[in-house]
Amino acid sequence: MSVEAERAAAPAAPRKGLVAHEPCYDASARPPSVPVPPVGLSLGALATVLAVIAATFWAIAAVRRAMAAAAIESVLADALLYGFGALTLLLLLPATASVRAARRARAALPADLVAARVETAASRSAAGVAVGYAAAVLVVLGVAVFVIANDAAVAKTFVFLPLMRESFWLVFDAFWTNVYIFVIAEILVLIWGLVVAIARLIPGPAGQPIRLMATAYTDVFRGLPAIICIYLVGFGLPLTSLPLLGNWPPEWYAILALTLTYGAYVAEVYRAGIESVHPSQVAAARSLGLSFAQTLRFVVVPQAVRRIIPPLLNDFISLQKDTALVNVIGAIDAFNQAKIVASNHFNLSSVTTVAFLFVLITIPQARFVDRLIERDQRRTRAGSG
Amino acid sequence: MALVEVRDVVKRYGPFEVLKGLSLEVEPHQVVCLIGPSGCGKSTLLRCINGLEPIQGGEIRLHGDRVSGPGVDVNALRRDVGIVFQSFNLFPHMTVLENVTLAPIRVRGVPKAEAEERAMTLLGRIGLDHKAREYPDRLSGGQQQRVAIVRALAMEPMVLLLDEITSALDPELVAEVLNIVRDLATDGMTMLLATHEMGFAREVASKICFLEGGVVHEEGPPERIFKEPASERTRAFLKRIIEAGRL
Repeated sequence: MSVEAERAAAPAAPRKGLVAHEPCYDASARPPSVPVPPVGLSLGALATVLAVIAATFWAIAAVRRAMAAAAIESVLADALLYGFGALTLLLLLPATASVRAARRARAALPADLVAARVETAASRSAAGVAVGYAAAVLVVLGVAVFVIANDAAVAKTFVFLPLMRESFWLVFDAFWTNVYIFVIAEILVLIWGLVVAIARLIPGPAGQPIRLMATAYTDVFRGLPAIICIYLVGFGLPLTSLPLLGNWPPEWYAILALTLTYGAYVAEVYRAGIESVHPSQVAAARSLGLSFAQTLRFVVVPQAVRRIIPPLLNDFISLQKDTALVNVIGAIDAFNQAKIVASNHFNLSSVTTVAFLFVLITIPQARFVDRLIERDQRRTRAGSG
Repeated sequence: MALVEVRDVVKRYGPFEVLKGLSLEVEPHQVVCLIGPSGCGKSTLLRCINGLEPIQGGEIRLHGDRVSGPGVDVNALRRDVGIVFQSFNLFPHMTVLENVTLAPIRVRGVPKAEAEERAMTLLGRIGLDHKAREYPDRLSGGQQQRVAIVRALAMEPMVLLLDEITSALDPELVAEVLNIVRDLATDGMTMLLATHEMGFAREVASKICFLEGGVVHEEGPPERIFKEPASERTRAFLKRIIEAGRL
């Protein structure tokens, strides 16, 4: 007998009350929802966009006046300004589309509910796009007005082009000191952090004193501000006149201090990465006869490293920025050089150059790591990717 | 002499006693199936035999040699006792081939070329040699588990422990894994397996051990245990299994 036949032949089982009653299938008891065409919203979006466009052209005129006053007007600048103005006209597209969709939605009611819903949704989303972009334009206008306010005081103080041009190579050359410090420090931190992380994870009673030392180290150096560490190391060690540590160039002290500080952070990153590898991976490796050290080396650390790249990069960017602190011990890095220029000219534009340089080097690093992560996921994750 | 001797083993997690003086023997070429309700200590027992968990009482002998307690070289023990886990536990950052050759190369010191050749032969036997360069995440659960079995076999263990190796698999993938275990049994591999696949246990087992309350409650040949269990508890357990449609 087939299963179906068996079921059919069986007597009806007594109901146990898990299904309380027959579900309601009556359409009139559940009326469909009627959309409300967002006419007000779309008109509001249109008004906002028009106001922003007006403000844009007012701001363009103001910027051109300021440039004329500073005698730096040029055809290129004008083209850029009016190009920006023309771009803001594009805001009208979503705004008017929103108004039209709202009107279509109203026309479709009450006959065609589905069309009305579609148009309502389209109108809402177009209004959202219009207002969102208008807000972005408004922020740009705000910055422009801030820069040219008070006879372009902000522009002259922070981005005085003649001084930036004049001091650029001086500052740029000094920036190599920062690069030198952070490249060496990053390499040392990578090694030192791993040593400390593994020291914190050594098992058994024999590992106890090592674990305690490593814990104490991370606690102290994570709590110690980098600038104080640099100050103490950079001024303290030379004062001791110790045979090997007493007369280094200031850059070396900076590298040592930054390695000590960031080694503590990176050790914690490593440790989190190592502990995030599932214990079953360790069990599998140990069950194959791999020793604790082999398990770390071949199974745990390779998986941990892949996971810690993003947080590690954050710490590295942080370290790169903290190389600007070395000016407290008199190393001539980009910031220190820029400060000298700034005080000579009573203008901060050279410091802005340093700021640009720092931002410029971090952006490609972030993109690089994004790509690394993507590639790794393509390689080890399932799917066509 | 029994290949694996478990005598009066006690295992505690804090105050909670999982194994309460459990004894068990596995003769060479035997396939011993551990059955019993969840939490009865099947997995724990396997992990103790492999030295992944320390025991608090009794002793475990492998080939007459005591392998539990202080002073035992657990790495040496694990070279001879392979284990396959419920969740496969392949290394996700290594290819299938690297997964299989890691331990032979690093632990046994087999030259790389030789280890790879042997691994490819084994992978060929289970029909997965074409997946050797793939990463585990690209394989189905059944394929991953088959690779995990081969990874354990590559160390040429004396005994293989299988810890509910089909429990994490979709039903249609169970057979491909069980077929390999069946082949291993035919080849004379000594195995100790914890399983919920009663039909399979009945078919391949030389001996069934019903674990409950941290001890072997009843043991015997599969025909007897499944047909006429002596104990009331065994009967009740098997009845629940039948109700779930698993036998």
